[in-house]
Amino acid sequence: MNAPILAVRGLVKHFGGLIATDSVDLDVLPGQIHALIGPNGAGKTTLIAQLAGELRPNGGSIALDGRTIDALPAAARVARGLARTFQITCLLPDCSVRDNVAIAVQIRQGHSFRFLRNAHRDEGLRGEAETRLAAAGLAGRADEIVANLSHGERKQLELVVALATRPRILLLDEPMAGLGHAESQQMIKTLRALKKDVAMLLVEHDMEAVFQLADRISVLVYGRVIASGTADEIRRDPEVRKAYLGDGDEAC
Amino acid sequence: MSISKLGRPLIALAVLALLIALPLLAEAMGQPALTSMVARILIYGIAAASLNIVLGYGGMVSFGHAAFFGIGGYVVGILYAHHASGDPLLGFIPGTNQLLITLPAAILVSGLAALVIGALSLRTSGVQFIMITLAFAQMLFFLFVSLKAYGGDDGLIIRRANEVPWLNMRDKQTVYYVCLAVTTVFFILLWRFVNSRFANVLNGLRQSEKRMAAIGLPAYRYKLAAFVISGMGAGCAGALMANFLRFASPDMLHWTKSGELMVMVILGGVGTLFGPLAGAAVYIALESILASWTEYWQLGVGMILLFVVLYTHGGVQALAQRLVGRQT
Repeated sequence: MNAPILAVRGLVKHFGGLIATDSVDLDVLPGQIHALIGPNGAGKTTLIAQLAGELRPNGGSIALDGRTIDALPAAARVARGLARTFQITCLLPDCSVRDNVAIAVQIRQGHSFRFLRNAHRDEGLRGEAETRLAAAGLAGRADEIVANLSHGERKQLELVVALATRPRILLLDEPMAGLGHAESQQMIKTLRALKKDVAMLLVEHDMEAVFQLADRISVLVYGRVIASGTADEIRRDPEVRKAYLGDGDEAC
Repeated sequence: MSISKLGRPLIALAVLALLIALPLLAEAMGQPALTSMVARILIYGIAAASLNIVLGYGGMVSFGHAAFFGIGGYVVGILYAHHASGDPLLGFIPGTNQLLITLPAAILVSGLAALVIGALSLRTSGVQFIMITLAFAQMLFFLFVSLKAYGGDDGLIIRRANEVPWLNMRDKQTVYYVCLAVTTVFFILLWRFVNSRFANVLNGLRQSEKRMAAIGLPAYRYKLAAFVISGMGAGCAGALMANFLRFASPDMLHWTKSGELMVMVILGGVGTLFGPLAGAAVYIALESILASWTEYWQLGVGMILLFVVLYTHGGVQALAQRLVGRQT
């Protein structure tokens, strides 16, 4: 069996008396999309924030590629190959679409302590940014300021920017939220095509997307993983049906 | 957009030509005081543009930049005092009156001060950052007030401006040209800087530190580097000011000076290359015009600042661009 690229063991986070993450174990295998589902307030985003290094857990450990990353701040985790997208898009609003990607390329390359050479004419940055935008179908919007993008375009750009860090595992926080049906289908196609290169931990409410994409699913309720398995196993699990999918109803 | 992009270097060159001709023009117009007013504008322009690196580009509101301005001035003053008296500073650093030594020394010392102050202040952000930079600047202000050896409250008189080989620095016009030369070099470097990779990072940090962390940027060291560069620029301006006024005093470090620098940046245009210089020009011109009418001239400046903040959306620079844009 493949060694997990992301291994979470006994992760605990509490805010005062509220337990947001309750000894969570989770493995994401290379080449797989692992979906994390659960009702609102189950602690999915909190979990993502801890994996990304934005929140410090109270206990437990996270290993990336077999090496523990507990002590690393968010930025250093990105350098190790862990990237994330945000549920509420978080881009540089005053910069062009191209510059949003170029800055990610620049930081991946290092060399940001350069003070006098013009970076906007740097083909190494521009070129790669444009290639990545073209691949995502955003080439025509490269010069647009991010503040002028539609919600769907921002969601796409979030993904392009995250990919520009060349991640080995991607944490996706509701990439389909707020997208129309056609846009969702497009996103599903994109993610499926990416899967062989980048493992993903997908937090998503759109069950159709989850069942289409996920190799494995974990169900989080009140900060605790109550079930983990393939899509079929999860669909059949009685506890999951009770807690989340709604008793007796068709899962949708 | 393309017109203003093409026109910008031309305008900069035209302004430079005007500044070079200024002492002669001022002489011809019978307004010799104009030259020293413009020299002050240039010097404050450097200081305000330096503050703008952290405030405008980096989004770090430092309320203590007068500290670096003052340190730059005191480096020149203290080195001069030791040069005049002959005994070395701290027993081993000989004093000097050579601008080619004092100016780099002022830049270096204010950079070091910015490194220490920045390293501590940048652990905070937002209002705490404003307050802590203010607190550090006030600490330095009171330090210099109590330094009786260097004039204390009264400041330090520098009998003669620093010397530059082959130049007669007793001539006020020569001092003006030295200020102009330093300003020109400063703004050429700054123009390169604002288009650099480092400035990209700074720009990103201003807009969203969360985003920058998510693409792998350790923010602290970049913010600190920007703070140090900014402090060095303010120190350079302070050294020039000490030479120009032949005087360094605790006033240079007072918090109202930090406020003035901020007002210049805001008047001119936050986060623009030449905005702070334009802001310095407007501020100092207003100061001399309004002060000749009333001693409450700051009231007038305040009202104009309100107007600029509320209605111009980006200071004098943006206002000018819009006026030019309307004509073309």
